[in-house]
Amino acid sequence: MSTVGGNMAAPITSEADGNIKENSMFLKKTLSAVPPLTLRIVAECPVTKARACDLTLPHSSVSTPVFMPVGTQGTLKGITADQLEGLGCQICLGNTYHLGMRPGPELIEKANGLHGFMNWRRNLLTDSGGFQMVSLVELSEVTEEGVKFKSPYDGKEILLSPEKSISIQNSLGSDIMMQLDDVVSSTVKGPRVEEAMHRSIRWLDRCIAANKHPDKQNLFAIIQGGLDAELRKACLDEMTKRDVPGFAIGGLSGGEEKDDFWRMVTLSTDHLPREKPRYLMGVGYAVDLVVCVALGCDMFDCVFPTRTARFGSALVPWGSLQVKQKQYAKDFQPIDPDCQCPTCKRHSRAYLHALFKSDTAAMHHITIHNIAYQLTLMRSVRQSIVEGRFPEFIRTFMKRMFPSPDQYPGWAVEALTSVNVTLE
Amino acid sequence: MLSTITRYSAKLNILMMAGSRMKLELSKVVQGRCRLGQLKEIGRMGQHSLDIPGCLLYTHLGSVPHLTQDTLHTLSSLPTATQVTLSNIAEHQEVLDEFKGGFKTFAGLHDTVLYCSLHDSAAHSPTGHTTNKTVSVWGSGGRTELTVAKFMALQRTVQPDWYQAMADGETWQTGTSRKRVRKSVDRSLAHLDECLMVHQKSQELDGVSVFGVVEGGDILEERLRSARETAKRPVAGFCLDGFQTGAMDQALRSQLIAAVTEELPEDKPRLLQGVGRPDEVLACVEAGVDLFEGFFPFQATERGCALCFRFDVTPDPESAGRARLTVADEERHAAGETQPNGDLNCDDQTHMTRFEMDLKDKRHQDDFRPLVEGCGCYCCRNHQRAYVHHLLVTNELLAGVLLMIHNTSHYHSFFRAVRDALANDKMDLLRRRVLGTVKE
Repeated sequence: MSTVGGNMAAPITSEADGNIKENSMFLKKTLSAVPPLTLRIVAECPVTKARACDLTLPHSSVSTPVFMPVGTQGTLKGITADQLEGLGCQICLGNTYHLGMRPGPELIEKANGLHGFMNWRRNLLTDSGGFQMVSLVELSEVTEEGVKFKSPYDGKEILLSPEKSISIQNSLGSDIMMQLDDVVSSTVKGPRVEEAMHRSIRWLDRCIAANKHPDKQNLFAIIQGGLDAELRKACLDEMTKRDVPGFAIGGLSGGEEKDDFWRMVTLSTDHLPREKPRYLMGVGYAVDLVVCVALGCDMFDCVFPTRTARFGSALVPWGSLQVKQKQYAKDFQPIDPDCQCPTCKRHSRAYLHALFKSDTAAMHHITIHNIAYQLTLMRSVRQSIVEGRFPEFIRTFMKRMFPSPDQYPGWAVEALTSVNVTLE
Repeated sequence: MLSTITRYSAKLNILMMAGSRMKLELSKVVQGRCRLGQLKEIGRMGQHSLDIPGCLLYTHLGSVPHLTQDTLHTLSSLPTATQVTLSNIAEHQEVLDEFKGGFKTFAGLHDTVLYCSLHDSAAHSPTGHTTNKTVSVWGSGGRTELTVAKFMALQRTVQPDWYQAMADGETWQTGTSRKRVRKSVDRSLAHLDECLMVHQKSQELDGVSVFGVVEGGDILEERLRSARETAKRPVAGFCLDGFQTGAMDQALRSQLIAAVTEELPEDKPRLLQGVGRPDEVLACVEAGVDLFEGFFPFQATERGCALCFRFDVTPDPESAGRARLTVADEERHAAGETQPNGDLNCDDQTHMTRFEMDLKDKRHQDDFRPLVEGCGCYCCRNHQRAYVHHLLVTNELLAGVLLMIHNTSHYHSFFRAVRDALANDKMDLLRRRVLGTVKE
């Protein structure tokens, strides 16, 4: 066990008065500056690269590995803050691009930050807006200055610079903020990838300089470099020189081959500091989560569980269940008989199937179940790491998820082998 | 037709009352018509009671719209009776038949009295499909035609605590002929008699109450005839149909309801279908109605509006002030500011009323007050107008959840206020408060 990120108080020596004064001033400064993030490694898997940690953030502590549900516009798609808290969620995401557009940072500041606006007492992580630039919006231009785009609401041209992104995130008051990175799709090859990687480093420095509340808001760097090992390594070398409280692995989970994906993940965790959290962005399928925990990641986010819920797709240990399908019309068991979520404790597949024809509440029931599924999965993963049986957990998990070993995804088998876990 | 009806009713008088365990205890009657009291021993086991005047909990297939049981139970006091409609349920008959345990268990409902009606008053049903022997309901899969046999088969599989008999209520359109109105009265009586016959033979419906449905359109003679005839049947209470908002103005409605209730036994409850606007509710309470459907909060929610009309009549100036809107808000309401939503049809029921505020309006963008000051609902305790406005503008699902919670809470508190006002002879003040015409 080790405690890192703690205060390093200078010893008070019995030297001349001047020195004592100086030292006690220093002491006062460091003691009053409680870092907004501390990571305590509770257990490390002796076989894989997995860790179980306690991540202490300004609003509450978070147990890792952790899955963070995405509440893009300051709400988790039909679920109240109380319901989310009741499911055991300790941190969720808000989105700088969306909230920066509507309702805007000034209003959210007036509302006591995003926490006050949503009435969410636990932690919030905000994305920089970079990804939406690529995925959602018609791009005018990416320059050294920032990203220029046209607002979809009033057509005005907007520049999202590192300074602007951090300014918005400062107004949102999130516990973890992401740097603005130069985002390039993982399927893009060639010089653009290198350009983006170097620019992201420069933008990281600008973000660090722009952070008005380093005592309250943690700025994470985002490692880029696409699928090129050398570029990634270069990015890792540079970014880890900056003293940021945590690192994200970015530029992945965008449609690239899984074979490339896991190699970049494991390369990244190999070169990220042990005592800081590793956040793998955009990963949320159960298999991906389990494998990437084994590869050394601590934090994950993804819209998939909540988005797929609204289409009636319920996540279960053996895959997923499309509640709207005819076969469930007369199925009177809950989605998962072993699940303890409010939906499964009270409602059957048949009722939910019928309800989808009558009311939006059906979506909320599935959303609650899917969040519960993700959080329970991570809790079980953590528990198995703490109890020193994570490799066994992985084997059991895979057996449950896939009807037979020849259906195990090749990339997952390879990735797990690379961290000394052999499946059948 | 008439002789058939007389024959049936003669037979029925000999038979036991259909689920007549339901007992109405009146504590006060004003002007011989307006009633305050309790409906006791409702439910199959007779274990529930319901304050009247009161309203039912409106649901879609057992779920209050947008709400799960968790969000529903943030409401501190729920109406005793939950309403479901055959328009939602009919298409699931096969599933319920196979389930066998009744709708309440199928839906995972809390401990509540289940009332099953024919139509959903907040949903538009096309007309023109009613015959002498059938009525039609519209679900997600289209139209289901119901004979009394099928209607009763549904009741047997739903296993409600109480239901309305099958009835023909297609008289609310303007210009419905006298002949058509007469037909609806005749048919509804025939359906009622057949329902009661089947009911008596059905073990699954033991202890279940049946309400007879009074029809008659806007024709006084037919209303009286329907009331008198229906009253002869062994029913536990009466539904008043064909009075829905938009079918007639309140003056005529009050007149007809008052005439109808004169013909109905005092000791049986009267449920009015299709009326939910607060001012209309008050007028109908005074005309003799005991129970209302609870769809009005849902309609306001779908408009993106929050109910905010006042209903405080206590002399205590502090508590009277709690539900206060700003002076500006009051002025707007008094000025009759009721802008209909742009994308609507001409159905009266979907227009914004003077009893609510449009949270999509820009003026709420940076208003950090709760929807209604002093409202104890989950939404008002935890969130502000600015947040709900944001949710509406960004088309977020949570808007519906929060508004449904607030609107349900506000509306049911209004009914509590009606009962209190009746008890304390403050109906006049309540009416003026609700309409916003009290000068302070």
